[in-house]
Amino acid sequence: MKLGVASIAATLGLLCASSVLAQAAADKRRSGYDTMSARIQAMQRDDLQNPGMLWVADGEVLWKKIFGISFSCAHCHGDAKQTMKGVAAKYPDWDPIEKRPVDLGQRINLCRTRHQLVLPLPPESVELLGLEAYVAHQSRGMPLAPSSAKELVEPRERGRRQYEQRIGQLNLSCAQCHDERAGKSLAGSTIPEGHVNGYPTYRLEWQGLGSLQRRLRNCLSGVRAEPPPFNSIEMVELELYLAQRSAGMKVESPAVRP
Amino acid sequence: MARTLIHAPSTARKGEVMEIRTLIAHPMETGYRAGSDGRTLPRDIIRRFSCRYNGEVVFSADLYPAISANPYLAFSVVANASGTLSFTWEGDNGFAQTENASITVA
Amino acid sequence: MTRIAVAPTLSRRQLMAAGLGVGLAVTWRPARALSDELAGALRGFTGGAPTKEGRVNFDIAPLVENGNTVPITLTVQSPMSAADYVQAVAVFNEKNPQREVVSCKLSPAMGKAVVSTRIRLATTQQLVAVAKMSDGSYWTHTVDVVVTLAACIE
Repeated sequence: MKLGVASIAATLGLLCASSVLAQAAADKRRSGYDTMSARIQAMQRDDLQNPGMLWVADGEVLWKKIFGISFSCAHCHGDAKQTMKGVAAKYPDWDPIEKRPVDLGQRINLCRTRHQLVLPLPPESVELLGLEAYVAHQSRGMPLAPSSAKELVEPRERGRRQYEQRIGQLNLSCAQCHDERAGKSLAGSTIPEGHVNGYPTYRLEWQGLGSLQRRLRNCLSGVRAEPPPFNSIEMVELELYLAQRSAGMKVESPAVRP
Repeated sequence: MARTLIHAPSTARKGEVMEIRTLIAHPMETGYRAGSDGRTLPRDIIRRFSCRYNGEVVFSADLYPAISANPYLAFSVVANASGTLSFTWEGDNGFAQTENASITVA
Repeated sequence: MTRIAVAPTLSRRQLMAAGLGVGLAVTWRPARALSDELAGALRGFTGGAPTKEGRVNFDIAPLVENGNTVPITLTVQSPMSAADYVQAVAVFNEKNPQREVVSCKLSPAMGKAVVSTRIRLATTQQLVAVAKMSDGSYWTHTVDVVVTLAACIE
């Protein structure tokens, strides 16, 4: 009896150790946080220093605001700290009514038009970013867990092909910088792996908070390609692939990045 | 009213040095940047920050366009009496905002 | 016959000179020469009074990832008592459109002369932090900062 228990415990111990080791060995990915200097890391870690928290505070107020003549987010969703846990971590997700993938910002606007019966908020507006930051913040510390809806398989594959496609006047693909040359320097800055676990992000370059779409547009300008419009299907399919690429990494929203 | 985040303890022992951290949402437009139409955007910054402890100014700062957007200021104040810590930001275009924090000193 | 290579030995005089040189390099730090722009801005703050290097520590990264938001901390050694405290501390830059960065008034009620904020730096340049003490003395710390630009901007 004692031997049995001991051997079960030993086996479990071995299994745990080996799975931890396997995880540690398998996941060599580095978040943008890891490539930043200590001072900027400290800016992200401390909620009273992280400028992104100003938008989270805005979002907390907007969550309870009654828009138009209808009702607030809180009316249906209650306390976001409970109901929104893990929600942002699975976006972009499949919307069965629109029959297309949607990211978190688009989902918030769909709630507004379908349920709250108000106009959608413009992309990158202070209010939309505030709500996105507030909702994404409720997933902080949880692993990115992209939705496994089967309708997302093909859009995600199209996103992956975009990622590997050379584009722009500089004829570069995302993969060339962020897969092949991550860790090397581009004009004095370290090339990050390009993970999406911190959005919306306070980018020091913007001195403001912005969405993943805004950051992707910066990349596209960087290779002198024409960025597609906000909320175009190409953008969301790329976001879909990027979320899968970063799956399992801890959500840091709102992150701080150079 | 701009969004602010303030860290000031609500209670402290007499003589304790309290760490105060303040963050306020403000673009701090320098007055040197060109807008998308090529014209220089007018300056719009917070010019002065002051911290009062029970009415007396304990720390103040004159800010210039070289201070980053969403200005962050951290400093310390010795807890000596219960009362109010008040933080005031003033700037261009009549910007003026005060936030208060109560402090109980044992 | 084996040939043994012998390293040339330094004469005692040469050794002493080398040692003295190393000693000088370590212990003697001459006052940093400020650029004219910075010197002028500093004069505006001090009214022409003499300044000494020391007592102020200007903590800033020597290599900055993004010049738009650079965290800094100014620490001044002082008991911050009513008799001996830091009255003011200011930062000036060399190559931004204007020299002033921030100017703070302190009081003994602060307990510690430590101020943190975030500043903008247009380009690689020299910066100086200056503190005025209650006894009227001025102390400075000069730093050189390299500023890199973010890649892939709007």
